[in-house]
Amino acid sequence: MKKLEASGLTTEEIIQAYRTILLGRRLDERLWQLTRIGKTSFNISGQGHEVGQVAMAMAFQPEKDYFLPYYRDMSACLVWGMTPKDILLGSLGKEDDPSSHGRQMPNHYGSKEHNIVSHSSTVSTQFPLATGVAYGAQLKKADYVTLTATGEGAANQGEVQEAMNFAGVKKLPMVFVIENNGYAISVGVDEQYANEKMSDRGPAYGFPGIQVNGNDFAETYLAFKKAADNARSGKGPTLIELMVTRLTSHSADDDHSIYRTKEDLAGLREKDGLTLFEKQLIEEGYLSQEELKAIDSDLRKEIDQATEAAERMPDPTADSILDQVYAD
Amino acid sequence: MTMAMMTYLEAIKKGIEEEMARDERVVIFGEDVGGVKGGVFGVTKGLAEKFGEERCFNTPLTEGQIGGLAVGLGLVGYRPIGEFQFADYILPAVNQLISEASRMRYRTKGDWTAPVVYRAPYGGGVRGGLYHSQSTEKVLFGQPGLRIVTPSSPHDAKGLIKAAIRCDDPVLFYEHKRLYRLLKEDVPEEDYTVPLDKANVVREGEDLTVIAYGMVLNHALKAAETLSEEGIEAEIVDVRSLYPLDKETLVKAAKKTGKVLLVTEDNLEGSIMSEISAVIAEEALFDLDAPIRRLAGPDSPSMPYAIALERAFLVDEDKVRTAMRELAEF
Amino acid sequence: MSIETIKMPHLGESVTEASLSLWIVKAGDQINKYDPIAEAVSDKVTTEIPSNYTGVVKDLLIDTDMDVAIGTPIMTIETADAGKSPSENGNGKAAKMQTEEFIDHLNEEIDKAGSQPIERTTESVNRESALHSDKEKGHSPRYSPAVMRISQERGIDLSEVEGTGKHGRITRKDVLQFNPAAKPEAGMNTKVADTVAKRKQNDQPDRMPAEQEHAHKGFQATEYSVPADGIRKAIAKKMVQSTTEIPHAWMMVEADVSNIVALREKTKDQFREQEGVSLSYFPFFVKAVVQALKKHPVINTSWKEGSIIYHGEINLSIAVATDEHLFVPVIKKADGYSISGLSREISRLAELARRGKLTSADMQGGTMTLNNTGSFGSIQSMGIINHPQAAILQVESISKRFVPTADGGFKAADMVNLCLSIDHRIIDGLQAGRFLQTVKDNLNRYSSEEDLY
Repeated sequence: MKKLEASGLTTEEIIQAYRTILLGRRLDERLWQLTRIGKTSFNISGQGHEVGQVAMAMAFQPEKDYFLPYYRDMSACLVWGMTPKDILLGSLGKEDDPSSHGRQMPNHYGSKEHNIVSHSSTVSTQFPLATGVAYGAQLKKADYVTLTATGEGAANQGEVQEAMNFAGVKKLPMVFVIENNGYAISVGVDEQYANEKMSDRGPAYGFPGIQVNGNDFAETYLAFKKAADNARSGKGPTLIELMVTRLTSHSADDDHSIYRTKEDLAGLREKDGLTLFEKQLIEEGYLSQEELKAIDSDLRKEIDQATEAAERMPDPTADSILDQVYAD
Repeated sequence: MTMAMMTYLEAIKKGIEEEMARDERVVIFGEDVGGVKGGVFGVTKGLAEKFGEERCFNTPLTEGQIGGLAVGLGLVGYRPIGEFQFADYILPAVNQLISEASRMRYRTKGDWTAPVVYRAPYGGGVRGGLYHSQSTEKVLFGQPGLRIVTPSSPHDAKGLIKAAIRCDDPVLFYEHKRLYRLLKEDVPEEDYTVPLDKANVVREGEDLTVIAYGMVLNHALKAAETLSEEGIEAEIVDVRSLYPLDKETLVKAAKKTGKVLLVTEDNLEGSIMSEISAVIAEEALFDLDAPIRRLAGPDSPSMPYAIALERAFLVDEDKVRTAMRELAEF
Repeated sequence: MSIETIKMPHLGESVTEASLSLWIVKAGDQINKYDPIAEAVSDKVTTEIPSNYTGVVKDLLIDTDMDVAIGTPIMTIETADAGKSPSENGNGKAAKMQTEEFIDHLNEEIDKAGSQPIERTTESVNRESALHSDKEKGHSPRYSPAVMRISQERGIDLSEVEGTGKHGRITRKDVLQFNPAAKPEAGMNTKVADTVAKRKQNDQPDRMPAEQEHAHKGFQATEYSVPADGIRKAIAKKMVQSTTEIPHAWMMVEADVSNIVALREKTKDQFREQEGVSLSYFPFFVKAVVQALKKHPVINTSWKEGSIIYHGEINLSIAVATDEHLFVPVIKKADGYSISGLSREISRLAELARRGKLTSADMQGGTMTLNNTGSFGSIQSMGIINHPQAAILQVESISKRFVPTADGGFKAADMVNLCLSIDHRIIDGLQAGRFLQTVKDNLNRYSSEEDLY
């Protein structure tokens, strides 16, 4: 039985999904390299989240739906329309960086062109904003859906509860996602929350909460598809807890080997959604080992070209320091 | 020009009403703002009925949410007005106001903007105790990207709220709750705005310059009339634009007399007057004929409830008059 | 082909040093850009370091487990130019430039800056004008509130003060250091100001005054020059004026002051307790001189264009030396003081001098000078008259000597030399001798506690 077929996506769409997942992985690896060479100052990655993020994002209509991401959402942003060069421009702090024009740290994604709203570093401030964007759809009688994401640690912020409560009251056309990778920097879930599942918080605010395995492409896609459809058809919001794996340290400034057990670290590869997805693609006959390699080789070239192109772009000039503090 | 007698509160309400009629993107919300109540002070009374429950609505008791909801609506083209029931209650929303509203434009170099208004009744003298009397404007002062304004007259109240709603920047609009029904004057019924970045010289004089806003500005105006009979003529400036400050007008007024009295009902230390003092010291040093003076509340944590304590805290007309006379005679 | 250097990368916010735990490559290895070359360890992270170049590893510059600063070169690599990343080829404007390119670039920027002055923003121009002295514009100068206050407190005429601040503005320090008695001529003062200004430009701000600086340097084997400061130059000018204009004559007498030594010994502790100042010998001499001047008014005079001015007041200048300078404050109407009163007044003036707080009023109007040279151990000296006065008396140190007694024996006595310099245009030896005799007689009279009050 081809499980991926159950997603209802075409073979082309599934192969495209794989390309984006692998692109997210390889691009993130490049960002780490640039940090270690000293060309960027920082990186915070979503390695281990890619399958779940790509499946999630593909359930939406990026040309009209709004996305208010958090800092690990690079792969989802790629689905929403950002390019590897866009991402690299941000990490390199270039003038043409669509996220912030060199003003924010790396990995603070945003793009006016692609309906991706800029976010801050004080975690989860995007949640109340997302309710405003979603309420706008109700006011306009527009059929766009708003998706916003955060991690399981940041999901404990008061603003997350305030936003979900409001969304429940107003039955807003939106989807909340908590990407649960088990760690808030060094702190495990047992010190973060006492619910059995984060998704239990959905019903507490009057809407469904679903936990999905983010390493399972089809399961994730279908869950978000349903949530997006519900939102679009006026049935209100859904909270989805996306269970994923954090393969890397929290950030380029962190070393997870000091707080994660050897067993945990040794077992990470088995919990890597990318590897599992590749296995599934071969088993279900979508792609051969050779085809996977060929895609990887293409993507590496694409990333090399994007890196060179991004590096050539100009830095912001010092005299622009006061541009756009206020209107006019 | 046709005029109508209006209180400060009615002028704010009139301004909002006119803007909501003029531009359907204007929406207003907050705790008790919608429905038949129309706000605990009644500023939005009748707006829900007139413009519908979608454009004038209640929110749960979640100030952070009010702060962020406004920004989100601004992102998709609305002109939202979020009401904080008291300026004291703005504190849970500070993260949204500083991390999101004030930085959205800058951190995207203008790609995304937050054209929002936050209204907040502030000020003491209403037996409000610690948490219904505060002047919290200093908490959000000095956050580039955010504007803070406050009217000190019904005329300015209407013109300033209209300008704030039309402005593409986030504007924090402070309303002095003691002035709500205390002040009444003829206000133009026509459409007009008052600039968000200009202080206003409300009285001219040669002997000293008083810089203030809100209730204490009105104390200064009254004191100036009695002092005039003693031969002391005060120049009085309404700061009006609390942030960014209209340095040009403030410095010019300071230079005019060389004697500067800064009055606030906030605590003495770390108030907006502290910054105005620094600006004048930097820009007007050689024109000063006396040390810059600040008249303010004591440095107690907010304004206490018991009547004797509240009076001890409040800067009243007598205190302003005495300080003005002393400085004039220096 | 070219040689490129790989440096220890930034490894976390606030991390300043790191070490390598492992070299993954060795000299001679062919590697690609982004291949890992080593494993690095810092306080925050353990990570692989990728190569920034494609080429052949040349030298490994540091050993493993050696802490080095972030930015330290760790490896060199020989690259084919074609393998350079776009930034190293200098294509991008933002590209990291090689050292030589960077220096060239810097020089270009400097040249540009020289030919096209940078336009100042309105704000900085405004600021400038607020601090600007309007002297050049022909307006009256503007003083900071602090300058105004100090000048008023000290009675300083600000038109006499030369400013060392920006655009010649008079600074608070200028007024604090201004010494009207030492007011030199404009030309000289300008030079002082120039020197100060130059020092300010060349060195760090707040340099010590020249003499102090000299003292701090200690002896040096090579000759060097230190510009004299304004006060020193003023003293020099005054001294030259005194010695060239006034024909000096000198006379010395010795006096037995055993009675004063005994009296002081007996009363000093109680005096200190009661009066709050210690009782020194100097006020006794001041009193003796003041009393003698009453009897010999010719000593209390000035020569002025062929006339002798007899002063109606006895205002006694007393010389007070600080580490840096000599000040001559005046005891006004000195004949109005008892010895204890003089004690307090001298103490007050000396304290002001030491703290640099003498005002011009404190130093004006002296009619004769008394110099306490004994305080630094001198037993004989020739004072230079304080122009336009007519006399200066040096009070030398008191020492025990055997002196003959009237009955032909010897006794131990406390002896002091009094050295008088006189303006020989006004005063002759006879008058000087008589004056000194009166001083001696007066000194002899102080024997009981009542004489102090």
